[in-house]
Amino acid sequence: MSAPMNTATAASPVKAVTRSRLFWPAVVLAVLLVANLAFTPDFFSVHLQGGHLYGSLIDILHFGAPLILVSLGMTLVIATGGIDLSVGSTVAISGALACLHISDSSDPGSLGTVLTAVGIALGTALVLGTVNGVLVARVGVQPIIATLILMVAGRGVAQLITDGQIITVTSDPFKLIGGGYWLTMPFAILLSALVVLAAVLLTRFTALGLLLESVGGNPVASRLVGIRAMRLVALVYVFSALCAALAGLMVSSNVSAADGNNAGLWIELDAILAVVLGGTSLNGGRFSIGGTVLGALIIQTLSTTVYTIGIPPETTLVFKAFVVISVCLIQSPVFRAKLAARGRRTRRSTRSHAAAPTNREVGA
Amino acid sequence: MNANALLTRLRGQIPLLVTAVLLVSMFSVGSVQYDGFFSGQVVLNLLIDNAFLLVVAVGMTFVVLTGGIDLSVGAVVALSTMVSAWLVEQHGWPPLLVIPLVLLMGTAGGWLMGWIIHVFEIQPFIVTLAGMFLARGLCYTISVESISITDPQYTAMAQTRIPLGDLFVSPSALVALLVVAAGFVVLHYTRLGRNVYALGGSEQSALLMGLPVQRTKTTVYAISGFCSALGGVLLTFYMLSGYGLHAVGLELDAIAAVVIGGTLLTGGSGYVLGTLLGVLVLGLIQTVISFQGTLSSWWTRIVIGALLFVFIVLQRLITARRR
Repeated sequence: MSAPMNTATAASPVKAVTRSRLFWPAVVLAVLLVANLAFTPDFFSVHLQGGHLYGSLIDILHFGAPLILVSLGMTLVIATGGIDLSVGSTVAISGALACLHISDSSDPGSLGTVLTAVGIALGTALVLGTVNGVLVARVGVQPIIATLILMVAGRGVAQLITDGQIITVTSDPFKLIGGGYWLTMPFAILLSALVVLAAVLLTRFTALGLLLESVGGNPVASRLVGIRAMRLVALVYVFSALCAALAGLMVSSNVSAADGNNAGLWIELDAILAVVLGGTSLNGGRFSIGGTVLGALIIQTLSTTVYTIGIPPETTLVFKAFVVISVCLIQSPVFRAKLAARGRRTRRSTRSHAAAPTNREVGA
Repeated sequence: MNANALLTRLRGQIPLLVTAVLLVSMFSVGSVQYDGFFSGQVVLNLLIDNAFLLVVAVGMTFVVLTGGIDLSVGAVVALSTMVSAWLVEQHGWPPLLVIPLVLLMGTAGGWLMGWIIHVFEIQPFIVTLAGMFLARGLCYTISVESISITDPQYTAMAQTRIPLGDLFVSPSALVALLVVAAGFVVLHYTRLGRNVYALGGSEQSALLMGLPVQRTKTTVYAISGFCSALGGVLLTFYMLSGYGLHAVGLELDAIAAVVIGGTLLTGGSGYVLGTLLGVLVLGLIQTVISFQGTLSSWWTRIVIGALLFVFIVLQRLITARRR
């Protein structure tokens, strides 16, 4: 008699895990990581060398750090029902400004110069984010279009700053941001972990997250209950631009150069993909920062895998296309309703053939 | 028609009027400033160099009029050049078979995206974004390198010049103008055209009126897919090569042309002829910058971005006042 009781109690925690929003992204990430083991047997090994941690897993975190940051900003924007296409341009602009300031200064190696460069990049991002925020929240332009303007013009501005050249810098403090190590870990990982943590604390342990979700769910109703929707929406675009600027600093610092043409190219698409993979609905109204981080890691792992296997990296686009469309289909209520209706129909038909042994496969 | 209604009607035309004034003033300033700018050939070159953009922008106009957006156009253009080059050069297929096949492929792709958008109620931009990924990715599965075309029929199309008195145009420019004319006729003189405007005005009302919303939506995306594929064919004539990096960012240029041409991004209001003006403005910006000589090409992007900004704010002001 005790056996069925046991399975019942054992089943509920399992169900709680599989029902978690993070379950499917985590499974995909795990499958991708394990699949890598087939091509590189020492994929999971992490070793300490000269006080620095090395290994494929560290690499994925390291090179994925900018994407995690950009996706984090994008998550909050999407939570309010918007979208920010301009992050790629912001990445390019911030990297270009920082490198320009450092290469022009008389003492590129000093900490003061680097801090000023970081300040300039973040300050500019503040302005860019405010422009986006005002256009969306105040002027009432659709988010795709409002941020499209900066996406188009921003690349030009970045190239204007670098004069179409690639600016190279040699500065140790600057190199630390994206390419350096601190406490055995790459500094970029620690920096993005810090920002993610701050965002989680701000949105999940204060009312901010709830307010964001309510604005995304129904902006009019939120305004009527007294939430300052306009200011929140504008704030989210500023945050997204700041995250993108930090990512831009990381990218340019990692290669010690600013490339107005290619820095952050297509990163907005990868960020949207990461957010969608993480289970945040594109219609706004709910978000999951943990899911986004997993989503960004999935994309980075995928890129790493493709490089190690030796497929032309560009063909990952085909894979990404199928992922985007299937995730969106799963998120679509209409699609789910249709699938459920079909499942019910087949279940009913199998039930009428009372002793159908294939019953277990139905609904899978 | 009373005066008030006339005024409301006129207000809707403001962006179009601004664009027309902008076009004329840019051209006159250019003519005063630079030698050799004031010639018919400069105008015709605008058409020759932007034929593919014009065709793509006409397709985009249809989509934007319904209140949607199609981000896949640039990628579909690239895929069309790639498939053409691949089949003609590496498999020896005759161009007369390849071109219809490419057009059919683009149309089918657009139709499929429209179907997904409507049936599963997913936002158009995310579906067409997936389409963009897919099309660019497929380019690279064919080849990562550029494939150049040496087929005599293609080179003939690239080099043919149709004389117009002292001046000349390319066959591609004529095709583009034909597409504009066809778009104009379809939008203003057919049932499909009226359905497109109705759908953009209010999907709910269109549905309640018993208009074929699903068919209109899928048709609109199919038209955009067809136009992108045709744009790809024209670009193949222009570039004589197929390459996965052709037409990067073309979707932005097409959207910019549509917006500058006075079509409302919320749908329901706009003209194909406005899009023609929008493309000419974009082309003229490039021409002025190349005549100037000292300005770098990235100024084009910045100016287009600034223009987009002005026109979008203008649109908002107009629609806000109307309500």
